[in-house]
Amino acid sequence: MAVAVTTKDTALPAERYNEDVVRAFVIATVFWGLAAFAVGVFIAFQLTFPVLNLGLEWTSFGRLRPLHTSAAIFAFGGNALLGTSFYVVQRTCRATLWGGRPLAWFIFWGYQFFIVMAAVGYLEGVTKSREYAEPEWFNDIWLTIVWVAYLGVFLGTVLKRREPHIYVANWFYLAFIVTIAVLHIVNNLTVPVSVFGAKSYSLFSGVQDALIQWWYGHNAVGFFLTAGFLGMMYYFIPKQADRPIYSYRLSVVHFWALIFLYIWAGPHHLHYTALPDWAQTLGMVFSVMLWMPSWGGMINGLMTLSGAWDKLRTDPGLRFSVTAVAFYGMSTFEGPMMSIKQVNGLSHYTNWTIGHVHSGALGWVAFITFGALYYLVPALWHRRGLYSTRLASYHYWIATLGILFYIVSMWVAGIMQGLMWRAYDQYGFLQYSFAEVVARMHPFYLMRALGGVLFLLGAVIMAYNLWRTARGELSADLPARVGLATQPAE
Amino acid sequence: MPTKREKDAVTGRETTGHEWDGIRELDTPLPKWWLYVFYACIAFAVVYSVLYPSIPLISTHTRGILGYTNRDALTRSTAEAATQQAKFRDRVRDASLEDIRKDPDLLAFAETGGRSAFNENCAPCHRTGGAGAKGYPNLADDDWLWGGTLAAIHQTIAHGIRNADPDSRQSQMPRFGADGLLTPPQISDVADYVMSLSHQPAPADAARRGSKIFAENCAPCHGEHGTGNQELGAKNLTDGIWLYGGDKATLVETLTYARNSSMPSWSARLDPTTIKMLAIYVHSLGGGQ
Repeated sequence: MAVAVTTKDTALPAERYNEDVVRAFVIATVFWGLAAFAVGVFIAFQLTFPVLNLGLEWTSFGRLRPLHTSAAIFAFGGNALLGTSFYVVQRTCRATLWGGRPLAWFIFWGYQFFIVMAAVGYLEGVTKSREYAEPEWFNDIWLTIVWVAYLGVFLGTVLKRREPHIYVANWFYLAFIVTIAVLHIVNNLTVPVSVFGAKSYSLFSGVQDALIQWWYGHNAVGFFLTAGFLGMMYYFIPKQADRPIYSYRLSVVHFWALIFLYIWAGPHHLHYTALPDWAQTLGMVFSVMLWMPSWGGMINGLMTLSGAWDKLRTDPGLRFSVTAVAFYGMSTFEGPMMSIKQVNGLSHYTNWTIGHVHSGALGWVAFITFGALYYLVPALWHRRGLYSTRLASYHYWIATLGILFYIVSMWVAGIMQGLMWRAYDQYGFLQYSFAEVVARMHPFYLMRALGGVLFLLGAVIMAYNLWRTARGELSADLPARVGLATQPAE
Repeated sequence: MPTKREKDAVTGRETTGHEWDGIRELDTPLPKWWLYVFYACIAFAVVYSVLYPSIPLISTHTRGILGYTNRDALTRSTAEAATQQAKFRDRVRDASLEDIRKDPDLLAFAETGGRSAFNENCAPCHRTGGAGAKGYPNLADDDWLWGGTLAAIHQTIAHGIRNADPDSRQSQMPRFGADGLLTPPQISDVADYVMSLSHQPAPADAARRGSKIFAENCAPCHGEHGTGNQELGAKNLTDGIWLYGGDKATLVETLTYARNSSMPSWSARLDPTTIKMLAIYVHSLGGGQ
């Protein structure tokens, strides 16, 4: 007789996996997450009240903005990806990390060093001024070394696996690691001014340079923020829901479609520029074709909950993961839509783009990470459950409200901005000057900043909750969540 | 290959028989709607690529059935906009500033166009509506540095003030303190006198001493009574309207270092018709003479 398929504990004894380094990555994820959100909130207020630039070069928006984006993508997102990939690859391959503990620790500290060097450089004005690739040449070389070590550890672990097949999460993690290596190296081909000088100039120039930059920038989104986090989704959602993945076939088809199509979509960032028409067309049509392959991940994430929807009521971690997948679906519909030239003519250079990015960054990347963290901390510190599911629930609602404030204000601001820029009066003159449009943004910037405050507040609550969890404490508010199938009780 | 296909009671699907850390997969086929929408997107991509420039070849690329290019579209739409405005623009170009003011249709067009150009080019310094800011004169009042007639305003916009344009307005206030022309006590006295000109409280004896120095050093430009001279851009010191400030400290600073700010020559950046419209607009802001 058929019974509902659930997960079974087939792991190696926990002490055989390298969990120390994963714990370090988890702590780094929370730390850098708080830093990234705090800087984001500050620069959101700078846009609302420019006096907050403080008249100092180090605290000006121009220097803090890359600090925020790098902290969010590479420090928070990167540590989350490295940490979860080490956790997932060991368990789904039933193998310890290739290269042993020293190599894993080299990757951890090497990556943190890269982040700190980049951050200090930004504040000092050491920057390539290349969006999402601001670190200068010497730091790029350092990251390449760390990244190759990371690829070695991950691939080595996959190769020595004691499972016949490679689990889908590992395909996504591997695609992320390999593609980021290629993107990082090509986009950062620069000529240093001198061996002892920080400054370097891009090997490319003009429109070729712009295209390389957006080929990188778009696929940083595609492979860092999408493929990598899909890997995370493919492990933690079935674990949290305690259900099998909805469709193996869908995971194969959407994986290869996603990998093949994403890499061509970068030119949609350069619509109506000096980029040749044919490249703009290809960037657009590949983005449109990308819609369903992206949604394949959403379907597999959501449908995996069939028969386990009731768990959303009791498991705030799963609620984060599932909401993340919903935001992922929304962003990956919005993205192809915004890549259509006529839509892009309205949306490009406006706050709509900022809203789109943050529905992905806050709704998808951060939420899927929060879901994983609420699962991982009890698992890694061998606790019976979270310190407080009620606090996690507060985090969920406060953060969700914050995201809604953020993206709704940016939608309204962006569409208004786009319409005002193209408004003509009865004689055919521009109706609004640029400065007038900027002035109208103020209330929306304020609303966005408040959304950011809520999101940051939620993350602070999470950090507190996870810290108490790691210490092994249980709040009196609710019975502890039991039944972490992967962990034997202590 | 260890395949232990099981049947899942919730969905009725079989598993694939694979298993990793307890995670299994159902053997669900691709959702039909998903597959068809994917095909539709691919079909759209193919059709769009046939219609528009798309495939790169060795030295060229496919042009697409519609023959569309960004550059053509831009040229066409700017030409179309120019045609629509031509009726008015040509008349503004050919008419004198006074004649434009007399023709209600032309005046409305010129004021609208002037406002649009002003907000894009002038408002960053003079603020929207010409409200002005410290160092940037208010253009909506009747206090003019270089004259408030249509012709004077047009001249100022077209060639600017204290720049490299040979026709720009030129004048230079001496740096009385920095260049040692007056001593600090003398400057203090002059500042007190200038304050008294605009009926601000000032020590009477200092102002009296200052008035003698003013007569020798300042009156040649600012006039015997400090009422200014628009030929030289010398401001009226009696009306209580200040470009940098009329308090003692600011006046001492102005006298010591002078100001001599500049304004760009707009004929280098804007076409003559737009400059005319700007003159009409600025003149209409409230203080035109």
